[in-house]
Amino acid sequence: MTVVAPELLLNATDVAKHYGAVVALRSASLAVRPGEVHALMGANGAGKSTLVKILTGGVRPDRGTILVRDRPFVARSPAEARRGGVVSVYQEPALIPDLDVRSNLRLTQSPIEATRHWLAELGLPELSLADLVRDLPLASLRIIDLARALAIEPDVLLLDEMTAALPANLTERVLEVVGRQRGTERSVIFISHRMIEIAAVCDRATVLREGETVGVVDVTAGSENRIVALMLGDIASDLPARVAAVAASANRPADVRPRLSARNLSVGTKLSDVSFDLFPGEVLGVVALEGQGQDELFDVLSGSERPSSGEVQVDGAAASFRHPADAIRAGLVYVPADRAEALLMQRSVRENIALPFSTRFGAWGPIDLRSEGQKVDAAIKTLQIDTRAASEVRRLSGGNQQKVTIARWVAGGIRTMLCFDPTRGIDIGTKQQIYALLRDLAAAGTAVLLYTSELKEIQLACDRAIVIFRGRIVAEIPVADADEPTLLRAAYDLKPDAVMPEELAAETMSAEAAGAEAAVADAAVGAVASQAGSGGTQ
Amino acid sequence: MTRPAGASTAGTAGVPRSPSATGRNWRQVIRDQPLIPLIALLAVLVVVLEFASPGIVNANWLGTTLRSAIPLAILAACQTLAMLTGGIDLSVGAVASMAAYLIGTLSPSQGPLVAIVIAVAACAIAGLVNGVGIGVFKVHPLIMTLGMSLVVLGLMSVYQLAMVQQGVHIVDALRFVGSGISFGFLPNSLIVFVPIAVIIVVGLRRTGYGRLLFAIGDNPIAARLAGARVWQVHVALYMLSGILAAIAGMLLSGLNNTATVSLVEQQVLPSVAAAVIGGTSIMGGRGGYAGTIVGALILTVVTTLLNVLEMPEAVKQILFGVIIVVVAAAYTRVSGDS
Repeated sequence: MTVVAPELLLNATDVAKHYGAVVALRSASLAVRPGEVHALMGANGAGKSTLVKILTGGVRPDRGTILVRDRPFVARSPAEARRGGVVSVYQEPALIPDLDVRSNLRLTQSPIEATRHWLAELGLPELSLADLVRDLPLASLRIIDLARALAIEPDVLLLDEMTAALPANLTERVLEVVGRQRGTERSVIFISHRMIEIAAVCDRATVLREGETVGVVDVTAGSENRIVALMLGDIASDLPARVAAVAASANRPADVRPRLSARNLSVGTKLSDVSFDLFPGEVLGVVALEGQGQDELFDVLSGSERPSSGEVQVDGAAASFRHPADAIRAGLVYVPADRAEALLMQRSVRENIALPFSTRFGAWGPIDLRSEGQKVDAAIKTLQIDTRAASEVRRLSGGNQQKVTIARWVAGGIRTMLCFDPTRGIDIGTKQQIYALLRDLAAAGTAVLLYTSELKEIQLACDRAIVIFRGRIVAEIPVADADEPTLLRAAYDLKPDAVMPEELAAETMSAEAAGAEAAVADAAVGAVASQAGSGGTQ
Repeated sequence: MTRPAGASTAGTAGVPRSPSATGRNWRQVIRDQPLIPLIALLAVLVVVLEFASPGIVNANWLGTTLRSAIPLAILAACQTLAMLTGGIDLSVGAVASMAAYLIGTLSPSQGPLVAIVIAVAACAIAGLVNGVGIGVFKVHPLIMTLGMSLVVLGLMSVYQLAMVQQGVHIVDALRFVGSGISFGFLPNSLIVFVPIAVIIVVGLRRTGYGRLLFAIGDNPIAARLAGARVWQVHVALYMLSGILAAIAGMLLSGLNNTATVSLVEQQVLPSVAAAVIGGTSIMGGRGGYAGTIVGALILTVVTTLLNVLEMPEAVKQILFGVIIVVVAAAYTRVSGDS
């Protein structure tokens, strides 16, 4: 073996792509060395997704050169990209629901034994290849996708938000396996919004902003500051002041009637005996690991599903929702996590925001275009939606799309908002805008119920948090105590004095990672107090 | 397809000025203004027709062309509205024929007005059943309306046996509206068609119901989550489609001076073709009625052209099929994820 490793495994220079008038990539470059885990960072709309699509054969660039092992890389389809040595695991699982796992693997000509080996390595040794894909949870599908990609042994493995929908234990296995690629002949391009993961596994990070590569950073302790600064450009400055208002709004007069009450709500075996009150002017956080019944809770409150027992009360009166329209009439509006569920992708921003205005039978008649325009423009302004690509919502970045789903309800006046993981998969800048918006809405008297998969968000946006585990509320935590270790313990239903399982401790508490996270929080949003300190003591 | 003024001004105001952003290429034009290439195509066809048979394009030709395009355009309105929601209405042929035949058989005994009211009501009921099947029982529109067309045809055959010795009588007013031409080039059916066209074109853009049709075709889940009761929209849609089909049936019976239980059957696929050529996506959420009208005109002119060229029927059908497939493929290229 006297092969001299090339200096760079993958070298993309000056890659550009525009869609009509919208520039997705201005001039991006990406250089990946053999045996490194390379982070690709950027706010939503920075061009990350476009660069990924170019590397995986989904989109042809307008300009630029891409070399893999010093050979020109041209990919007109994912299969061609794979032959060129680049394999991607997409955000959405690329599996056919009506086939079993084995047939899916055969279909893509994936080595079955190798895939099975990686499934075991990734924490799913018991998965049966005879299972129908339709019956498997989302997290398992993502793991299967990853195992399949690893089994092909590509030169470059591209992981796009691989950990976004994974529970903590699987996330840890994935990071461990990714980390193992270091120092081999092969490389990994790793995309994640979770800085802690970047710090844990990545060697270097390329940062995109507004379609250009603005820097390449060696990932070391403390380099997150620099990454975040590069990603944000000048947005970072105006946030700490607004978030600081959180604690002040926590004290509420005793005689206020709750806007929304759940009384002993149960849904099948998924949700049992859940009761809580949501008051006007507060943001109530809901914390749960994947699949603990939070989906069913939000489905019931938004009118998509009926509870098997228990009651929902709005302003003290019992309410029964047979259709989302009933919930909306009662003032309960729902922002789903999946933007593809909420948006009319081919329609304009305006029509998307105005959609709820015309859904009632009584509103089928002529539209008052002027008053509609005023409401829509006001909502666009409130949410600072970038309207350059307003003629079709599918052309907006993920963050802007999410803003449109919220703007829809803000435009009509809002009493109670149910947000299910509204910041999933969007960039830090937009996340902060959404936190600030939630606080503003609460300050104006809106009641907000916020489920989030990012524990850090509780202290940034909420007044208190309830924790659901296996369908039951297991804890209610005031915001001052709701730091990540506390929430995580509660989410696993561990008593405060219990010792955390080792793997859990390893994932969240390594001193380096905790330090990194605190640094990020400092740079981005101000203090997430006590994180580093409490982490260090474990 | 046009979009609300506010959104489009916002859309152009902030366009980045980089050199590559000048890519307002032909795809963009066709995507934003699909009527321009359609009208250009129509003009080309008219020029070709004039070359094929010099002198044919005159006022009289205009009158007869419009006269036969109008019933097709009304049937195509049924398809356009249904296709915007991702549906289709294949029962328009049977339903329109039913209207024509009911009026033809009932008017001698009941008088024309009562006969028309009964016919329109029967068509609305057929549409109601379609709408309930599609909206409430979630039957696929293709299956539901195909089934409905068989049911209607069967019922009419039974009814026809009972009426066999009576014969049909075409109401004078329908003959006047359906086949008459005023001032040498204006078909009288414009009296019916212009209001319908204006209501549909404007209504799709400026009414809550129009917005909902697009919304349901684009993403029914989103429409539901935003509070729309989708079944109501479907019921209203297919009832409206039945009533429009009744109007088209009346015009055609007047135009052809006859009424049979399969009078309009030949027009069903051309009505779908007119909507497709006009730029309405069969997948839903994209399209409009102005394009459909031009589509109906294009099909009518093509038919004339093929007749002038003395093409055999088989060749005509082949060319029709080819045109539809090519146009549909072209739209996919233009409006797909480019």
